[in-house]
Amino acid sequence: MTNRSRTVYLIPYVAWIVLFVVAPILLIGYYSFFDVEGNFTLANYEKFFTSVYLRMTLSSFWYAFLITAFSLLVAYPTAYLLTKAKHKQLWLLLIILPSWINLLLKAYAFIGLFGTYGFVNAVLEAIGIGNKQILFTDFSFVFVSVYIFIPFMILPIYNALEEMNPSLVLAARDLGASAWTTFRRVIFPLTIGGVKAGCMAVFIPALSLFMITRLIAGNRVITLGTAIEQHFLVTQDWGMGATIAVFLVIIMAIMMLLTGNRKRGLIDAQKK
Amino acid sequence: MPRRSKWKLSNLYLIAVFVILYAPIFYLMYYSFNSGGSMHEFEGFTLEWYQEVFADTRLLIIVLNTFVIALLSALISTILGVLGALAIHGMRRMRPKQTLLTLNNVLIVSPDVVIGASFLILFTIVGIKLGFVSVLMSHIAFSVPIVVIMVLPKLQEMSSTLIDAARDLGASSWQVLTKVVLPFIKPGIFAGFFMALTYSLDDFAVTFFVTGNGFSTLSVEIYSRARQGVSLSINALSTLIFLFTIVLVIGYYFINRRNSKPVAKEGR
Repeated sequence: MTNRSRTVYLIPYVAWIVLFVVAPILLIGYYSFFDVEGNFTLANYEKFFTSVYLRMTLSSFWYAFLITAFSLLVAYPTAYLLTKAKHKQLWLLLIILPSWINLLLKAYAFIGLFGTYGFVNAVLEAIGIGNKQILFTDFSFVFVSVYIFIPFMILPIYNALEEMNPSLVLAARDLGASAWTTFRRVIFPLTIGGVKAGCMAVFIPALSLFMITRLIAGNRVITLGTAIEQHFLVTQDWGMGATIAVFLVIIMAIMMLLTGNRKRGLIDAQKK
Repeated sequence: MPRRSKWKLSNLYLIAVFVILYAPIFYLMYYSFNSGGSMHEFEGFTLEWYQEVFADTRLLIIVLNTFVIALLSALISTILGVLGALAIHGMRRMRPKQTLLTLNNVLIVSPDVVIGASFLILFTIVGIKLGFVSVLMSHIAFSVPIVVIMVLPKLQEMSSTLIDAARDLGASSWQVLTKVVLPFIKPGIFAGFFMALTYSLDDFAVTFFVTGNGFSTLSVEIYSRARQGVSLSINALSTLIFLFTIVLVIGYYFINRRNSKPVAKEGR
């Protein structure tokens, strides 16, 4: 490739990066310094550090943590068993398939399932527990979120498990390690990359969920994402919304630095 | 004997996960045939909800919008993404290459709300009216990095001797590109196009921010209908979408198989 043709390739791509990657980030930063009337101010940042917003951030983190933890708890054994199963490619495809279905439809399905007369309540009734309020609770929020994120957790862990050399496990067992010790000392450390990638793929989106909080949690749960949406589209206080977005971006950057080897995780998560 | 029970238990676990993953989807589909009009108490079989979907011109226009946006954005972002991948691949120095790759990945890791909000600001400042154009542009924007990521590994797989040979035989840079490079990375391009298509069809959050009044895609429409409560025409619609998704997935699966075949041959 000559230099000239390379520049030709570079121009539209770099233009895209400047317009849709760099400019939006700068604009978010810029807008966070303005109040509703358009005056330059630091008030948004002051407001962010008041107890209302800090409590919201904390609860958002707590929910994201719960969602990530439960996803991991379900996904790890699933991924492990998948690698052991016959026809594992088919199984994997079947597990991944629901993640291709539009998110909204899945959330909508749960409105029916969890509703007052829904399937779950009918089952509860039948086994004698009786009708319960399921929709618009913390439980339903966490459950539906976990449901939606599980494929994204399974995939990187599955890939990590597949990459692992099985003779290491056999060696550990030969040397007298129990199944649990083998898992704790050999399997889990070797697949920690996949676990990190999966947690990344779940935690950040979980912080910024806003559609599920409205449909399933009935505005009971307010995540950072809900707050941003609220400020931008409902109260029109773009400055405050941008400030929260700035914090979300900072949190994301910190997470990426902490978990390291991000590129592989990214691509894994993107493979769906 | 203990091995056998372990096998059973593990299969049971997989099946349980599998059932939970699919139950909501089939629940939706099942009630799309309910004449009762609610998502409980199945009264009788009917196709009236499907008739309603097909009679609803507003909805059909929205479906059309969604597909036009998806196809156009996938096409344009594939072109941009392939150019980007060629540009990144052609860079010799590590530093700017790494920077470009990091910037490329920003939109992939960014939360949807942040992307949506920042695009909303961008379009408002530049003065682009919210609607078809803004939705199309943002879909192109967030699909480009995905295409780059799908194409780049194919470029790295390609041996540089191929290009050297073509040049030695007198090919111009244009011929090298169209006769050697593009055919080689074609599977990556198809995969990228496909991913872009599904991302566009699937997107809700970004579209929700930049859609404005008067223009709507399926996700946004379903959201606003679902907020008003259950209506079985959504079920009928989702059944149709589900079937369509399965067709897409099968298509993607075959493209992937075509991708992996030549690699397997090389391995031999």
